[in-house]
Amino acid sequence: MLVRILVLLYLAGAPALAQTLCQPNASNGCRVRISIKTALGNQAYEWNENEMFLFRATMAFAMRRYYKTETYNVDNIIMCNQTLRVSFWFVVTSPENSTMLIPKADVEKAVRMSRHRINNAFLLTDRTLEFLGIHPTLAAPVNPDTPPWLIVFGVVIGAVFAGIIALLVSSLLQKRRKEKGMMEDGQDEEDRQMKGVENDNVLDGIYNRGFTDDDRFTKL
Amino acid sequence: MPEEGMEDNKGREERPKWNNKAEYLLTCIGFAVGVGNVWRFPYLCQIYGGGAFLIPYLIALVFQGLPLLYLELAIGQRLRMGSIGVWNSISPYLGGVGVASMVVSFCVSLFYNTIVAWVLWYLFNSFQDPLPWSQCPLNHNNTGYVKECVESTPVNYFWYRQTLNITPNMETSGSLQWWLVVSLATAWSIIYICFIRGIETIGKAVYVTATFPYLVLTIFLVRALTLPGSSEGLIYLFTPDWEILKNPQVWLDAATQIFFSLSVAFGGLISFSSYNSQKNNCERDAVLVGVINSATSIYASIPIFAILGFKAHTNYVTCLNGNILALTNEFDISDMNITVENYEQWFDSLNGTHPSRVSDLNLKTCDLQTFLDQSASGTGLAFIVFTEAVISMPGSQVWAVLFFIMLFSLGLSSMFGNLEGILTPLHDLKLVPKWMPNELFTAIICLVLFLMALIFCLGSGNYWLEIFNSYVGSVPFLIIAFFEIIAVAYIYGIGRFSDDLEFMTGHRPNIFWKVCWLVISPLMLFVVLVAYVAVQAQTHPTYAAWNPDYVNFPDTEVLPYPDWVFAICVLLSSVPVISIPLVAIYRLICCMSGRHSKGSLHNDPNPYANEGYVVES
Repeated sequence: MLVRILVLLYLAGAPALAQTLCQPNASNGCRVRISIKTALGNQAYEWNENEMFLFRATMAFAMRRYYKTETYNVDNIIMCNQTLRVSFWFVVTSPENSTMLIPKADVEKAVRMSRHRINNAFLLTDRTLEFLGIHPTLAAPVNPDTPPWLIVFGVVIGAVFAGIIALLVSSLLQKRRKEKGMMEDGQDEEDRQMKGVENDNVLDGIYNRGFTDDDRFTKL
Repeated sequence: MPEEGMEDNKGREERPKWNNKAEYLLTCIGFAVGVGNVWRFPYLCQIYGGGAFLIPYLIALVFQGLPLLYLELAIGQRLRMGSIGVWNSISPYLGGVGVASMVVSFCVSLFYNTIVAWVLWYLFNSFQDPLPWSQCPLNHNNTGYVKECVESTPVNYFWYRQTLNITPNMETSGSLQWWLVVSLATAWSIIYICFIRGIETIGKAVYVTATFPYLVLTIFLVRALTLPGSSEGLIYLFTPDWEILKNPQVWLDAATQIFFSLSVAFGGLISFSSYNSQKNNCERDAVLVGVINSATSIYASIPIFAILGFKAHTNYVTCLNGNILALTNEFDISDMNITVENYEQWFDSLNGTHPSRVSDLNLKTCDLQTFLDQSASGTGLAFIVFTEAVISMPGSQVWAVLFFIMLFSLGLSSMFGNLEGILTPLHDLKLVPKWMPNELFTAIICLVLFLMALIFCLGSGNYWLEIFNSYVGSVPFLIIAFFEIIAVAYIYGIGRFSDDLEFMTGHRPNIFWKVCWLVISPLMLFVVLVAYVAVQAQTHPTYAAWNPDYVNFPDTEVLPYPDWVFAICVLLSSVPVISIPLVAIYRLICCMSGRHSKGSLHNDPNPYANEGYVVES
């Protein structure tokens, strides 16, 4: 009889004892804030007891991973003070002694180690599943060996130099061809001069033939 | 086919010709339409009462811009020479005007191509995911973000630190930033390849550079109008505020904007039209170029302001969301119960019940109007404001690439005119040795300009660029244009000019043009010049420095120019135009001492005088 009363008292008192362990602003407690609608919009799920259970299981998983023991269980994660936000406090008890709390620093390290897995379990991100006090890890910047802009620059300048060389070579060839052509028909010189393009002024007057420089035709 | 560069035995060249009219028009339009149409006009429109600004702008266009444009195209086409040759022909005493044009074109080419180099740098960097100006880089021990970036914004950090690496003030010069040198070299190489064969290659290049910006502006227009907040931006831009017309500053800015936008007094337009045949209707060309330039400005301001409206809307929503998050967290309200729409009601009810807790949160006041007022012009618009807007658009890389290619085309086509204003007078002055091919001469000029422009790649380069922009790119042009119009209207004579125009276009200029050339335009130019100088002289000039150690960082620190810099500013404004009186005095002395009326030979090209027999020493 006495034993039954004691057992009943224990069963009644254990949750109460657990509740006293988990207090808002407790020194070893962690506050969690979740923004499901912000993260998922139309596909947001409802936060209910099942999700709470998943959270406790994930936290137990994180503790197991960190300590590399298999003794952590869902009962070791105690949650309290849940609000509509959704936010709540949780504490982690030691598997050997259920009244002893794991220090906050160790809990933080465990969370940091498995942060990615915890986020993915809830389809959330560092920003929407916040552990207050634990800063999100900064994404390491992707540093490619050659900066991409240098590649684009290389392509552009290569094309430009190729174009310059091509145009210069073709101008040179054109000039050589013209020179050859001109030496062959020197007779056309006189005709061309008749256009009267002197000093870059197109003179609309009559070219005075008396002043043509045609010495070379009167070699005699 | 162009008969360009053909040589006879004596080595005399026939003047190059445009392949067809379209190339000529596109080149002139490309020269006039530059980056200023995109980043200066919308800003002016916005600060000067939106739609109301169009009135002084169009008045300035009709009475000042078009007459000057027509004048330059006409004299270039008639006299078939670059700026120095043309002014020497009109009056040897005013030959200095041509020299001044060339010097000013030289100075403007220096800094304008540096802006093109910055555009190229941003273009090269737009091919990355994520865009480098969208997030802050980590500091060296990877514990957090770089402090300077966190205090300002990633966009500001990328511009001031990773692009310019700007020094805190003008006295510290800093070192050469190699990535800017590389971009500048690319810009000059691209200019060179377009100039290799003179107007033959330019004419091909402008098919792309002059038309591509319109394509991009249309794409942006369509995209921007579908973005949220674009309508607020457009309403803000175009809502006319008629009161603003009483402010004389508005008229001054409208006149200067039209003037600089049309790129007169550079000598480039004279050069381009000198390659035309003489029987060409330059009146129609001038009106076409002027009207298209202004229409482009107005057309460009629509997508720009739609996107700025989108940016303001995005900032407003971000600001509100920050407040919403703070309230939600503080009062443990269910997630997403407070939205942008019902924020006001929630705020009022919470403030009523728990005023102390709400005030402790230090919520920001989010006002859409404030965000819309955060306007910018110039490089600030392109490299800070617009890049920030582009980050929020889906597919940012595409929009960034399109935008910077557009700016590059605009800058490139304007650079054609700038460089032409230097090369053609040098050719006409016969300063080029006979043995040197044109390609080599162009290469040398480009190389010289590139080396001199390295000053803008120093740490303090941006400050120097602002100085060049404000002092070289303003007063000297007004002075040159004033002398141009006086020279043609009064010294050459409006009668003789009308005869020339009748010869070229087939009809005499009507009374509107004559009145403008004789009275209205010179008067307007004079008033604008005096007012501009008066306004500048009223305050000791200052500049905005980016100093991370400043108390009010990220606001820019307003510093006065040091005295030696101020002296340089005055020199920059006066040295280009000093050639005008100098050449006049020189010719006067020559004329007095020599008693040679060589000048008259240039004044009336007598076909029977046979200049081919003037002994060339």
